[in-house]
Amino acid sequence: MSEELHDVRLRVNAGIQQIRVPARRLLSDALRHDCGLTGTHVGCEHGVCGACTVLVDGVPMRSCLIFAVAAEGAQITTVEGLTEPDDTLSPVQQAFRECHGLQCGFCTPGFLTTIAAGLEENPEPTEEEAREMIAGNLCRCTGYHNIVKSVLRAAEITRERESAAGEEA
Amino acid sequence: MTTKMFGTGVARVEDQRFLRGHGTYADDLLVDDPRLLHAAVLRSPHAHARILDINVDDVLEVDGVVAVWTYDDLTDAMAEPLPLLIPHPTLTHGRTQYALAKDEVNYVGEAIAFVVATDRYVAEDALDRIRVSYETLPAVVGIDAARKAERLVHDDVPGNVAARMEQNTGDVEAALARSPHRLSLDWDIERSACMPMEGRGVVGRWDPDTSRLTVWSSTQTSTGVRGCISAKLGLDLAAVDVITPDVGGGFGVKINHPWPEELLVPLAAKTLGVPVKFTEDRREHFISSAHERAQQHHVEVGFDDDGRIIGLDVRFWHDNGAYIPYGLIVPIVASTQLLGPYKPEVYRVVFDSLYTNTVIVTPYRGAGRPQGCFVMERTIDAIAKALGKDRVEVRRANFIQPDEFPYDQGLIFQDGRELEYDSGNYPALLDKLLTLIDWDGFPAYQAEMAAQGRRVGIGLACYVEGTGAGPYEGAHVHIETSGKVKVATGLTTQGQGHQTSFAQIVADTLGVRFEDVEITTGDTRKMPYAVGTFASRAAVMSGSAIHLAALRAKEKALRIAAEALEVDEADLEIADGVVGVKGTDAQIDLGTVAVLSNPLRYAFDEASKRATQFSVGDPGKPPVAEDDEPGLEGKDFYSPSRSTFASGMHAAILETDPDTAEITILKYAVVHDCGNVINPMIVEGQIHGGVAQGIGGALYERMAYDDSGQLLNASYMDFLMPFVTEIPDSIAIDHQETPSPLNPLGIKGAGEAGVIPVSAVFAAAIEDAERIPITAMPISPSELFELRRHHNS
Repeated sequence: MSEELHDVRLRVNAGIQQIRVPARRLLSDALRHDCGLTGTHVGCEHGVCGACTVLVDGVPMRSCLIFAVAAEGAQITTVEGLTEPDDTLSPVQQAFRECHGLQCGFCTPGFLTTIAAGLEENPEPTEEEAREMIAGNLCRCTGYHNIVKSVLRAAEITRERESAAGEEA
Repeated sequence: MTTKMFGTGVARVEDQRFLRGHGTYADDLLVDDPRLLHAAVLRSPHAHARILDINVDDVLEVDGVVAVWTYDDLTDAMAEPLPLLIPHPTLTHGRTQYALAKDEVNYVGEAIAFVVATDRYVAEDALDRIRVSYETLPAVVGIDAARKAERLVHDDVPGNVAARMEQNTGDVEAALARSPHRLSLDWDIERSACMPMEGRGVVGRWDPDTSRLTVWSSTQTSTGVRGCISAKLGLDLAAVDVITPDVGGGFGVKINHPWPEELLVPLAAKTLGVPVKFTEDRREHFISSAHERAQQHHVEVGFDDDGRIIGLDVRFWHDNGAYIPYGLIVPIVASTQLLGPYKPEVYRVVFDSLYTNTVIVTPYRGAGRPQGCFVMERTIDAIAKALGKDRVEVRRANFIQPDEFPYDQGLIFQDGRELEYDSGNYPALLDKLLTLIDWDGFPAYQAEMAAQGRRVGIGLACYVEGTGAGPYEGAHVHIETSGKVKVATGLTTQGQGHQTSFAQIVADTLGVRFEDVEITTGDTRKMPYAVGTFASRAAVMSGSAIHLAALRAKEKALRIAAEALEVDEADLEIADGVVGVKGTDAQIDLGTVAVLSNPLRYAFDEASKRATQFSVGDPGKPPVAEDDEPGLEGKDFYSPSRSTFASGMHAAILETDPDTAEITILKYAVVHDCGNVINPMIVEGQIHGGVAQGIGGALYERMAYDDSGQLLNASYMDFLMPFVTEIPDSIAIDHQETPSPLNPLGIKGAGEAGVIPVSAVFAAAIEDAERIPITAMPISPSELFELRRHHNS
């Protein structure tokens, strides 16, 4: 017996993805395998590691704990959508590069989306607040030091870019 | 003038793709291929059972299921046990599993059946339709049960002993007998595991038009996997390509091969004629990959009034799990690297490697060193305590001195070579550590804290780490006519930043721009001769090979440029990709040299036009000289006589809560000597990561098996890995660079170092805070609480 399929319209990054999936299809799998957006990674599939974190209407959520059908209509931002329109790295991405905030890169997309949302909410975090911001994500390579640094540096880069944009205007 | 890249913290090349979500990990491959099929594996629910019957009749009825394999479907070499990768004369009872269980299962998680379907969800559904009849058998779980041997894991392995090995440097009984002081000590370390964020993944694609198999595996050795696939599937080696894509961490577990899925996926792809993918889930990673660490040690040590060790007699028991595909590497490393920076007069070690009905044991970052370091460092602490001496002074009394290198420990190391330390300076390293942690200021601080009712303790531990084990690695350097430099080395990458650090070496050796160098690792199409990434060997082995290969390319470039410019080679220098005549404006860029190196018949672009036979060379001579070959390339291999030995020391100040026994890290310090450093940013990153894993191993991580062999914490919810909240705010790091005389760059490995001494340091610091002997790690607050109650009663 075949599974019943559902038409789902996902608003992902700057585009629309029309997919046909069973009700049990996880959003993480739909993004990766049906939309081809493999930047979102799956580390545990039980909502602990945070590698699959995407922004759902701007809020960081574990895409392995959401069914794709439940994301109908929501605006989803994946790591691929963080890059600036002119393809330069976003402040968080740039900060990770400068601070060596990643090694194998597998957990990185979840940190990047989490921090991007975190800095929207709190643009000038203290070190303690930076640690709090990433406290729900697992990384096995970096020991977190350089990720904390990256959060603080990302806030700095955002300010630098804003002030540069202000001067230009 | 080209800026020197070696020694610079250059930002990583690979980060661009990782940060944009453009990395390609195994599960990202072929997502757009509509033919791609997905595999799932039925795994044993029992730790020990005979398989009476497997019924797969209902499986193919599931819509979307394409095929199912059990042992009965395997033929020829696939029906034989998986290889015992590293045999050893003392491994008298080596046993390995089958790709799919034949008639017995020996751990929860052992592969029994393999289903291929159009979708992973469907493949997993289908597993539920397979009916297996088992006769369950009593399980052997833990070292105590294995030693007692009231039950056997394998009927034909008496005492559950896979191997018993002894090494000694003299008559230890006599040494102990003549020692003025003696101690008898027991030490215990539990199971943990690598737990990379990405589990195992394999993709296979058979091309019927060319009769070639391409396999991508999240492995630490693509050449090893290729050899196994060729042998097991009966394919010519030349018909098999293995590519290691981006890998989401390894830490050792991905060096073991072939995993059953690394053979079953290619088999299915070839049989079905369509691409097949297997992606492990997290529970599978817990129960069907590999663990490490569990050992019990008994130590008899004799020493003089200064704490100088006269006789050291170590007997230990190593839990190797249900099978032993990776041989005795872990216990051999533990038994030899236990000695650390010290030189006991006489040392003897005897170990048993024991079977248990649990997941197999293969190297995890450190690979036996954390256990060896724990035993040695805690033994030294015990000596200091027995003599009422400072722990630092007892260490100093036992150190190998800087003028004693090379120092032969008189043992055989894991690579079959002498355990001979090439270089080091342990006293100077210790001085740096004591400054960094303020060792001398601690007693006053401890007293001050005690006055406030707070318990703080300090601990330190030292290690020596054999890195860069052989047999060899190779590299191929190709300077293209564009001036770009393409470099291939065969070992793999799982987060170490090889594309950056290796490019730094090439830029310096060749005199080209860093941006013009592109490194490929782990692709057997580009470098079919390689060993793999383990034992902190990538920088030492491939770094050296790349340096040598780049030198060869440079020699050739200088020869051709000298002819073209009609000058002596000695008058040339290469900088920023241009060969120039010293002191003049005459120059030729490397791209043009590459054009000149390859006399052509056909002109396909402007550059090649310049290299056709009518425009290049002496018409009186063959276009390619007899002893030459076309192209501007260099290829070389590096094969050292023995490992090079890095060293380091850690210290920590911890606080224990008098009521809750919670353990808090107040200060952590690391000093480290990995010879010349290629990229200090990457090395510090490795140390940070290693220390974090060490903290996990010291305070949180353990495999909670029950008596029936069920792993009770096989998820990230229950197996506690450190989040940022478990890591101290800062780690103080200082470097010392004692170059290795064994390789041309003077480098030593750095990958595993950070994890090695952490349990020893924590145990020492907790003991110092609590004044209770800490003999087993990891330790949780509740265990510390129990220890207090026991100690005080």
